[in-house]
Amino acid sequence: MPQKMITIPDFSLSPRIDKTGIEERADRITKRSIKKETKVNGLKLVLNMIDLTTLEGKDTEGKVKQMCYKAAHLMDTYPELPTVAAVCVYPSMVAIAKKMVEGTGINVASVATAFPSGQSALKVKLADTRYAVSEGADEVDMVISRGKFLEGEYNFVFDEIAQVKEACGNARLKVILETGELITFDKVRRASDIAMYAGADFIKTSTGKIAPAATLPVTLVMLEAIRDFYYKTGKMIGMKPAGGISKSKLALHYLVMVNEILGEEWMNNHWFRFGASSLANDVLMQLMKEKTGVYQGKDYFAID
Amino acid sequence: MENVLVKKDKQLSSGNGVEKPLQKRLEVLKTYKLYIGGKFPRTESGRYYLAENKKGEKLANMCLGSRKDFREAVVAARNAFGDWGSRSAFNRGQILYRIAEMLEGRKAQFIDEIIKQDNTLEEAKLEVDVAIDRLIYYAGWCDKFQQIYSAVNPVASSHFNFSSPEPTGVVSLIAPQNSSLIGMVSVIAPIIAGGNTCIVLPSFSKPLCAVTFAEVLNSSDLPGGVVNIITGKVKELLPYFSDHMDVNAIAYCEKNEEDKKLIQDKASLNMKRTQFYNTKNWLSDQGQSPYFIMDFQEIKTTWHPIENIGGTKGGY
Repeated sequence: MPQKMITIPDFSLSPRIDKTGIEERADRITKRSIKKETKVNGLKLVLNMIDLTTLEGKDTEGKVKQMCYKAAHLMDTYPELPTVAAVCVYPSMVAIAKKMVEGTGINVASVATAFPSGQSALKVKLADTRYAVSEGADEVDMVISRGKFLEGEYNFVFDEIAQVKEACGNARLKVILETGELITFDKVRRASDIAMYAGADFIKTSTGKIAPAATLPVTLVMLEAIRDFYYKTGKMIGMKPAGGISKSKLALHYLVMVNEILGEEWMNNHWFRFGASSLANDVLMQLMKEKTGVYQGKDYFAID
Repeated sequence: MENVLVKKDKQLSSGNGVEKPLQKRLEVLKTYKLYIGGKFPRTESGRYYLAENKKGEKLANMCLGSRKDFREAVVAARNAFGDWGSRSAFNRGQILYRIAEMLEGRKAQFIDEIIKQDNTLEEAKLEVDVAIDRLIYYAGWCDKFQQIYSAVNPVASSHFNFSSPEPTGVVSLIAPQNSSLIGMVSVIAPIIAGGNTCIVLPSFSKPLCAVTFAEVLNSSDLPGGVVNIITGKVKELLPYFSDHMDVNAIAYCEKNEEDKKLIQDKASLNMKRTQFYNTKNWLSDQGQSPYFIMDFQEIKTTWHPIENIGGTKGGY
């Protein structure tokens, strides 16, 4: 589809969200049953969509190296497993991660812009972003200024995203809305619209530091925003729910939702990601269960 | 007050002097459900079976538990293990004692259920009494078996070397099928006294007390998930009880050789600690021993360097 001219809309006119309707619809999606080969295929796709993440103050080189090894070797005893999509680390760990995943096809994503609070000056955020990219990050996960957003300073938030996008260069930009701090679905929708018009390649629910993190209903709101944006502009935007998705079953519900709202074009790791740390092991356990017929225990899987 | 009631009854009675109630009251019967993670869910499978006694009286609709119920129970038991296994032994003893207290308070209900399930009054009374005493017995052992089965080992280097028992983890348990209460209690008590958590398959033909016992556990400060009870068929559930990789040990209290073979076969997948109990009479003193606790313990040996302990100078 040829790119249309994008005019910036008045974000205060973003559609209002029917909370009850969204929750009901998200709930209905959890009632689908996915079995056997479809389940196995779905689980492998989930693995391939994971941004394996470690974002802790106590992260060390060793921890990052271990995680990167796991990203490329999810389970060597299970042939033909895909790798994860990317590893997600702090800027200071990007160089190490980059070296570790070299030649595996796995991307390195880095959080930036004073993650997780985003409470810093714009020039610091831009410097943070440039640093991550110069260290070799293929993707940048930025946070929006939630305080400014809640004050109604939409232009401020918009400009900030646009400038970070510029600082990213060729790296793809994921914009974290931190939906847990935005309180209502109306605001989530509005923040999604702002991020997409400002140049986000992905919109992402959460940092993982605030509860609630990703939920099915909030993801549904964001997916609908992506769909509407696509109809208006012809531009595809990726989605990344992050935080709190640690079970295979839940991950499959997310896939069902993406397929229903956005369609098959989005069903790959170029357009959909899971931000997760413990999800991978649960998926591996389910895959082994399908393969061997025996319920698995975490003692027999590598620590992530 | 009583007078008023009597008067009223008289007014309602029919003329011939025989007093009849106006209508028969419908009894509020208990729904016998599963016990998983401190909650009482119905089986996810939606299947039930009718528990009957030898006289053919219908006792209850019991949940016919499924492998998915078992899977949920293992998750609950694994989650509960961290807390229960690391509690102080003394606290576990207190809670076992509390279970005994609760059981004592509901004696009448258990006796009633055991009688319904083909026992005489004397037998029922004995069974409940022994069950209570058995819980007290293991409550006492909770913080004592460690000393008895620990050792300080002589070694030829400057180490303090000692071995002590630690809980194995999650235990699946096929309870004795010919007893309603005492068999199950006799095997659960040593397992949890040692800090393990368990999933129990109680008697299929005499299942009433198992569910009522779950209510006792639930009101005894025992954290949810330490004991999980699933009613159902041994033949159907045994493979899952035996091969689940997140279960660390299995106890089987029946004599079917085919079942034993199956357990040994499947339990070897992750080297489960496997115990077969052939004790015929759980009512006797043979049914209790600290060795039952040790059956689900692992021995951990620690080498502690002592050359320069606490920064003091050499002692020669």
